[in-house]
Amino acid sequence: MTAPVTATAAPLGQRSRGALVARVLAAPLVVALLALGTTLWLASLELDSIEKRTLNTNYIVDRVREHLVLSLSAAALVALLAIPAGVLIHRSQSRILRAVVLTLANIGQATPAVGVVILLAIVWKTGFSTALIALVAYAFLPVLRNTLTGLAEVDSAIRESALGMGMTGWQVLRRVELPLASPVILAGLRTSLVFAVGVANIATFINAGGLGDMIVNGLKLQRYPVLIVGAALVAGIAILIDWLAGLVEDFARPRGL
Amino acid sequence: MPDHSNALFPSSATSPGGVSIELDSVTKTYPGQKVSAVEEFSMRIEPGELVMFVGPSGCGKTTTMKMVNRIIEPTSGSIRIDGQDVLGLSPHELRRHIGYVIQQIGLFPHMTIAENVATVPRLLGWSKQQIAARVEELLETVQLDPAEFANRYPRQLSGGQQQRAGVARALAADPPVMLMDEPFGATDPITREKLQSEFLRLQAEIGKTIIFVTHDFDEAVRLGDRIAVLSERSQVEQFDTPAAILAAPANEYVASFIGSGAALKRLALMPVGTVRLSGATGDLGGRPSIDPASTLRDALNLLVVTGAEAVDVIDPTGNRLGQLTHADISAALTQAGLSGSAVR
Repeated sequence: MTAPVTATAAPLGQRSRGALVARVLAAPLVVALLALGTTLWLASLELDSIEKRTLNTNYIVDRVREHLVLSLSAAALVALLAIPAGVLIHRSQSRILRAVVLTLANIGQATPAVGVVILLAIVWKTGFSTALIALVAYAFLPVLRNTLTGLAEVDSAIRESALGMGMTGWQVLRRVELPLASPVILAGLRTSLVFAVGVANIATFINAGGLGDMIVNGLKLQRYPVLIVGAALVAGIAILIDWLAGLVEDFARPRGL
Repeated sequence: MPDHSNALFPSSATSPGGVSIELDSVTKTYPGQKVSAVEEFSMRIEPGELVMFVGPSGCGKTTTMKMVNRIIEPTSGSIRIDGQDVLGLSPHELRRHIGYVIQQIGLFPHMTIAENVATVPRLLGWSKQQIAARVEELLETVQLDPAEFANRYPRQLSGGQQQRAGVARALAADPPVMLMDEPFGATDPITREKLQSEFLRLQAEIGKTIIFVTHDFDEAVRLGDRIAVLSERSQVEQFDTPAAILAAPANEYVASFIGSGAALKRLALMPVGTVRLSGATGDLGGRPSIDPASTLRDALNLLVVTGAEAVDVIDPTGNRLGQLTHADISAALTQAGLSGSAVR
């Protein structure tokens, strides 16, 4: 089994103020420069009719919206499914269940998402739901693995004292285990989210929209401004989402840890 | 104390302090193991009594203790607290009425000290005001200033402070029974001694029925009303007061556990005020003096250090009660040995 995916972050309090400011501001700054550079470069070009059909606010906003809806829904669905799955495996203490679910999740991540999405489209249908399923399968593992790791890392003495004070299994989980595991689980969720944003590009192959449309059209029609704007948008969104998730991680970390 | 009924054990509702614990042929056998971890363990612990389980690691003392609150389920036998069979109660309900302190303390790192202490009252559904009042009272009891410590997180406390918070948490719902598994085992010798004397003072006040597990015989002698010396499979080799065990170890095993210096350990259990003093003789000037609350061990120490013939016993008001010589101390030891467990 692979090591858990953890954020590189040390506890917030141990950071110097300068480093904190730099870390909080670095990502938005990079994205702003990226946006500025792309915009200036576009302004210097004479766009033809095909490019103009794509490089306008309405079109771009629609693609970004599709892309975000798809990747955020996938991440939400992963959280909704993988965290309970992790809890269930942890609780059952069943090695067989653990091996089966982890293997499935490993297969999900190891299989090229493009292949999955196209196969699913052939045997089922094209469109949003199919793309969503492919993304969920692909981004499932980090959350599952980190949920398992986070729960396993809870000190057994803490679990025993919780039980010894008369908490029910459910109360131990909700009041003690999940809060203590939450930093690790959130780190997994952040990884899954970034995976989903990156891989949502493949939705274009099965007519489910997103920024992949711009990239693929730009390539097919050899309109490099379209390709580059699409690629820059995907990169910018991925960086911003990772940045936001990092802030949430720091903010949601239980105090006292 | 806030109004809360400890309805689980009938007599704790009417009288404060502890209730009795009876273990009857309690056995624990783990699946797939031929030898039982605990075999046919029987014992009656009186209300308000502090019983020490002493034995080497792996002898089953902790397992035996953990069966009382069903952290470990017995394979057979019965356990009654205040006459009530614990195996017939819901384990969660049962545990909310038994204080539980473990060596690793197990404070919840993501909760403040106040939240930690409030755990069981919250499970029992006390009101916010009751809980707040009780938390403050308890932190004061264990000598953690509420203003300073209530809102701190466990990692901001030293080991000794954490252990006190752990004891406060176990006492929160005023349980009649406490189970303590080497609670002071992980602290340094100085902190440990301090925690022990605080604990003795606290127990004198609250009078819980306590099972206290330790592998440190000196700790058992210092704290226990009675000591159960356990060997493999939690067999009781001797169950008696510290003085009686020191004076007359039941067998080789118990003697080896006591180690060397049994007489000195016994002297440490005998207050000067409880033994027969000899009258004043000889030169009264310039002799060392000791107060009646000190132990015979302190008196002997004084004799050895000063090289004097005798020490004067003088009470806090300045009255001279008599004197102690080497011979008096030896006589007291012999006397206590003859009368068995009279001392303490």
